[in-house]
Amino acid sequence: MRIAEIENEIVEEFALFGDDWEGKYDHLIDLGKHLPLIDKQYKTDDRLIKGCQSKVWLHSELKNEKVVFTADSDAIITKGIVALMIRVISGHTVDEIIHAKFEFINKIGLIEHLSPTRSNGLVSMIKQTKLDALAYKHLKS
Amino acid sequence: METITKNGVLNIQKLRQDFPLLSKKVKGNPLVYLDSGATAQKPKQVIDAISNYYQTQNANVHRGVHQLSQEITIAYENARGTVQNHLNAALSQEIIFTSGTTESINLIANSFGKKYIKSGDEIIISEMEHHSNILPWQILCEEKGAVLKVIPINEKGELLIDEYKKLLCSKTKIVAVTHVSNTLGTINPVKEIIELAHEKNIPVLIDGAQAVPHLKVDVQALDVDFYCFSGHKLFGPTGVGILYGKEKLLNEMPPYKVGGGTIKTVAFKKTVFADLPLKYEAGTPNIEGGIGLAAAIDYVNEIGIENIGAYECELLEYSTTKLSAVEGLRIIGTAKEKASVISFVIEEVHPLDVGTILDKQGIAVRTGHHCTQPLMEHFNIPGTIRASLAFYNTKEEIDVLVNGIQKAVKMLK
Repeated sequence: MRIAEIENEIVEEFALFGDDWEGKYDHLIDLGKHLPLIDKQYKTDDRLIKGCQSKVWLHSELKNEKVVFTADSDAIITKGIVALMIRVISGHTVDEIIHAKFEFINKIGLIEHLSPTRSNGLVSMIKQTKLDALAYKHLKS
Repeated sequence: METITKNGVLNIQKLRQDFPLLSKKVKGNPLVYLDSGATAQKPKQVIDAISNYYQTQNANVHRGVHQLSQEITIAYENARGTVQNHLNAALSQEIIFTSGTTESINLIANSFGKKYIKSGDEIIISEMEHHSNILPWQILCEEKGAVLKVIPINEKGELLIDEYKKLLCSKTKIVAVTHVSNTLGTINPVKEIIELAHEKNIPVLIDGAQAVPHLKVDVQALDVDFYCFSGHKLFGPTGVGILYGKEKLLNEMPPYKVGGGTIKTVAFKKTVFADLPLKYEAGTPNIEGGIGLAAAIDYVNEIGIENIGAYECELLEYSTTKLSAVEGLRIIGTAKEKASVISFVIEEVHPLDVGTILDKQGIAVRTGHHCTQPLMEHFNIPGTIRASLAFYNTKEEIDVLVNGIQKAVKMLK
């Protein structure tokens, strides 16, 4: 599935909750709890994206021309959103990742989590996924 | 006054009506604003004073001969007088308008530092300082080759005064300590801290940002050398603050920022600076800020800072009891003397997650390290959830907070 298709799938999934914030956050928390954890050996300081309040660890690998991401966070809601992001971009080509817009975050009403006051490391994480993809692209060329 | 107090007790419901924003709904719920330590809400008396200034008084101060300029200059200087009276400062020129506590501290670190700090000197701060009262001193120390000494705290979040006594020595050039901790709520024994420093002729700066909304501050009774606070935490506008300094010290120190208004004469060979307070007030000041701050002080005085303190004490006690009863909740900062600031952590849940779920219920708290990372390290926690209360908060709101926390914990665990 292409990135845009996965984004649409998530938007449809969250549309079921409508205005029910509790349902939406319960789902997010559940996703956070089930996020395949980053392999312990990669949960190191050099993979740490420091938000002001919560931390995100991000690891990437190039497998068969696709970038595979794994991640973790110390805050469960942040982790839920991280899980969604991983679902969207992991396993895609570098070019697809570089051009990913993450519009679903706004569409499912979670844009406030990307605001500067939230300080959860998610904005830096998005940036890092693209930097990783760029790095693989340069390595290849 | 009849309506403000009823049988000697503050009429909180009546007072809440002065604050337009408190009737706002957030995400469909009545706003429960428990973040006054970050910034307090503003009463309509302050909002009206600022609006009135722009509608009827706007002109530049200290500059024009025309009537409007003279009128606003008088109003602005009266505002300085209001601050002087509020702090019981001996002289109005000891009151310097700044942009806030942060600038006040930076002013002293730069100006006092330039004149008095040399290599090998020592500056004492405490472990519970806000970053604003750490960084200016840290940079000064790096520049001058001076040494930063830190008063440690105990597990309750109280300063260890015996350790402080040991730090004071002939190398100490200034002590800079907070009056009330923004994270822990601890009220420090500043009078004792100042007396001990003065025994060795060391000046003391007190960061009063979190103290002035809750306590009566008398700079002469404290004999403090520098006292700093922000307007916006005292129900006034943002972007205005105060530096109180003893006249002698302020006269001896060099200007911090220079520009229009700070001079007597300028020539390319030599400039003569203005007398206090203008020496430290470069450029067109925040006039609306000064006017708004004076209105805020008048408002607080109408209620009575002692009445505010007494009510907040009751609110703090109620909150402490209710919050302590929540399973897994631990209050960070249990000093004997506390202002109405309560920080806490909850087992197995991240403060940011709790803050997020509280926000969904219209409850505004602050989460994180509160610009006191060394304190977080001391307690070995990533951050806290902080409820900082003002006199417009109610016990019912504390009940809403407690229910909100219980809901958050249920969802998150």
